[in-house]
Amino acid sequence: MPSTRCEDGPDAGTAGAAASDRIYLLGLADDALIASHRLSEWVARAPDLEEDIALANIALDLLGQARMLLGYAGELTDPVLTEDDLAYLRPADEFRNAVLVERPNGDFAVTIVRLLLLAAYQYELYAGLRTAADARLAAIAAKSVKEVAYHRDHARLWTLRLGSGTAESRRRMETALAAEWPWFCALLGDDRADRSCRHWVAEVLGTATLELPEDRVATPSGRDGVHTPDLDAILAEMREVTAAHPGATW
Amino acid sequence: MSVLWEVFVRPRRGLAHAHVGSLHAADAETALRNARDVYTRRSEGVSLWVVPASMITASSPDEQDSFFEPAGDKVYRHPTFYEVPDAVDQM
Repeated sequence: MPSTRCEDGPDAGTAGAAASDRIYLLGLADDALIASHRLSEWVARAPDLEEDIALANIALDLLGQARMLLGYAGELTDPVLTEDDLAYLRPADEFRNAVLVERPNGDFAVTIVRLLLLAAYQYELYAGLRTAADARLAAIAAKSVKEVAYHRDHARLWTLRLGSGTAESRRRMETALAAEWPWFCALLGDDRADRSCRHWVAEVLGTATLELPEDRVATPSGRDGVHTPDLDAILAEMREVTAAHPGATW
Repeated sequence: MSVLWEVFVRPRRGLAHAHVGSLHAADAETALRNARDVYTRRSEGVSLWVVPASMITASSPDEQDSFFEPAGDKVYRHPTFYEVPDAVDQM
């Protein structure tokens, strides 16, 4: 996914364009789906009841985005697939999510850092896609950008609080940033949206008195379908019910 | 340090904010966001207030008699002695 601007929309008309748009949509969809699942692992375990509900809300927003995007990507697949086919039956090496979102949870600081980076990234992406030539994608982006603006703000507030909180909260944020930053770099290119995403993150970290980590690009990024074993683990858990009862409905 | 906040939601424009419950938060900004997540995620409102619970001065249960009982037998304070004309749909 070299560009976040979606220059060749599905209206380009050729089979090749449809295939690349499908891959692009899967990248967006899988980021949302996998991040949603990771966040949902906090349910009943968050630091307090209020945060528990907040993280669950964010997870549900992301799941909603994943459903819309997977539904669309499925229609561009030949033969046509449903969102469930794509979520539950697709091989792991066809997932296009960033490795950033498949990494295991760790402590609360890790989740906040990852949410900060993901939401900053998604925000710029969706904001740009609101004017995409593809009207359906533009509509999904217009709805989603409002949701991720809130996610971004939630992570920003926690980053400020933990960064300039106690010595322990600061230490945990620094550790989390150092670990997640290379996976964030793996996602970013050098177009306008990516620069503006970096700029926003740098500002938040500055205000939180946290040092901007040095750029280092981790591999794989996840966008090419190459993942870490963490994705297999998360998919196995997500698919436990559909694996035990294929085709079940409720 | 988490303190208790009381949450008020205005269900829609034109109505008053009504108390819906309370929550814990470290500061006002977080309290407002927590209130959004805890109390308005099913479209319950268009505006939120959060107030530190410690800022509320409440009547005491001990004063219930002197505060509220005297109003009990003042039926003339209710506008029930008027005939509502048929043409008036809502009062």
